Amino acid sequence: MAGFFSNKGFQPKRASNHKLPPGQYETTDFPVLTAGPTPRIPLTQWSFSLEGLVEEPITWSWEEFNKLPQQDFNPDIHCVTKWSKFDTHWRGVSLDTLLAQVKLKPEAKYVVAYCYGGYTTNLPLADLLDGKAFIGHTFESQPLAPEHGGPARLVVPHLYFWKSAKWIQGLRFVADDEPGFWERAGYSMYGDPWKEQRYDTDDEDLASDSNIRL
Amino acid sequence: MSKVTWQLGTVVSIVPETPHVKTFTLKLPNWTPHLAGQHYDLRLTAEGGYQAERSYSIASPPEQVGEIALTIELVSDGEVSGYLFEGVGVGDELELRGPIGGYFVWRGLPDAPPLLLVGGGSGVVPLMAMLRHRQGVGVRTPAVLLFSVRTPDEVIYQAELEAMAQADPTFTLLLDYTRQAPASWAGYQRRIDAAMLAEVVGRFATPPQCFVCGPTGLVESVANGLQAAGLPPESILTERFGPTGG
Repeated sequence: MAGFFSNKGFQPKRASNHKLPPGQYETTDFPVLTAGPTPRIPLTQWSFSLEGLVEEPITWSWEEFNKLPQQDFNPDIHCVTKWSKFDTHWRGVSLDTLLAQVKLKPEAKYVVAYCYGGYTTNLPLADLLDGKAFIGHTFESQPLAPEHGGPARLVVPHLYFWKSAKWIQGLRFVADDEPGFWERAGYSMYGDPWKEQRYDTDDEDLASDSNIRL
Repeated sequence: MSKVTWQLGTVVSIVPETPHVKTFTLKLPNWTPHLAGQHYDLRLTAEGGYQAERSYSIASPPEQVGEIALTIELVSDGEVSGYLFEGVGVGDELELRGPIGGYFVWRGLPDAPPLLLVGGGSGVVPLMAMLRHRQGVGVRTPAVLLFSVRTPDEVIYQAELEAMAQADPTFTLLLDYTRQAPASWAGYQRRIDAAMLAEVVGRFATPPQCFVCGPTGLVESVANGLQAAGLPPESILTERFGPTGG
């Protein structure tokens, strides 16, 4: 649609050449977006589980989780509220490392990430594999702050950041895509920033689904 | 849900609210009724095709048919707010899509619980839509607005809020000046803390539903303080904005 309408005299102020997804702007601090109060989870009570369509569910305590192989990650992150932050520094455990410890049932195709405080979000299983996702507990060399999702959050940097669930408690493997908290409130089921899938009406399958949804 | 597509709104008025805040009222060709608390996305396009988008809370109630009011704060060096403040006048067109957001909303149902609204700075905007909607639908469930500002010239909607409080005994306006209060001010003049919130919650006969909107630091401490005052976390809805923006 660009080209038909422009705002007279509007000039970009951006100096950086780093590529931004459509409609995003660059920020250097780390804004917070949460729907309710920030949960506080003592490390002695923290655990992380993989459950649902797995042969045997597994749960790690904080101590056990920190003994797993740790890696550094430096993703760009994109929030649906329009900010993007480049070259962030995280330490945590790759989902590939975690998934190597369970045997998924063949019908497992989607994941519900569930959290302390009750937040949920949904993702295709494929989006967690092959180095695309991790559980982060250290941000810029500091323990991840509670308002940013500490003790630990899921990080899936190639999708809008609401998919990177704060205060992660576990992943439930499921056969069908089930909308999570924001997805039930009108946000995209998938959330690809490069396709600007912010809201459910931005989802590609809308046309074919529209009769059912109405 | 109707498809949220871009449309061209026309600016019909621009009203300064404070030295750094203006209300832009836009007439929309495809206006749909919104819920109080929802927002619109606004998109600017440069001649070369570069686009910048921001989300702005709707200040007007759904009773204001055919148009929306967006109350916008000028962010220092803000790419979008800077253009809106300098480059946009009455009669100009702006690209918008909405209404958006299904969570931080107040529907104004007749049996709604009492309402505790806590706002910091321009965080008052979606709360104002709720108060205007409450007035518009004639719901008289008790409502309190605790509104924290730094100085007296930063009180957005001051005249309208004071008139509303005078006319409606079920609505209480509590202003809080954190940096500098007006002369002979007898109300709150410190950062919102747990003791203040316990006092405000104590005004309600039954537990209120809370909407908290403002900078991250304020929202964090208010949400914690409301829980400390005995309110369940699910009754506290929050919307934060960071120091960035534009």
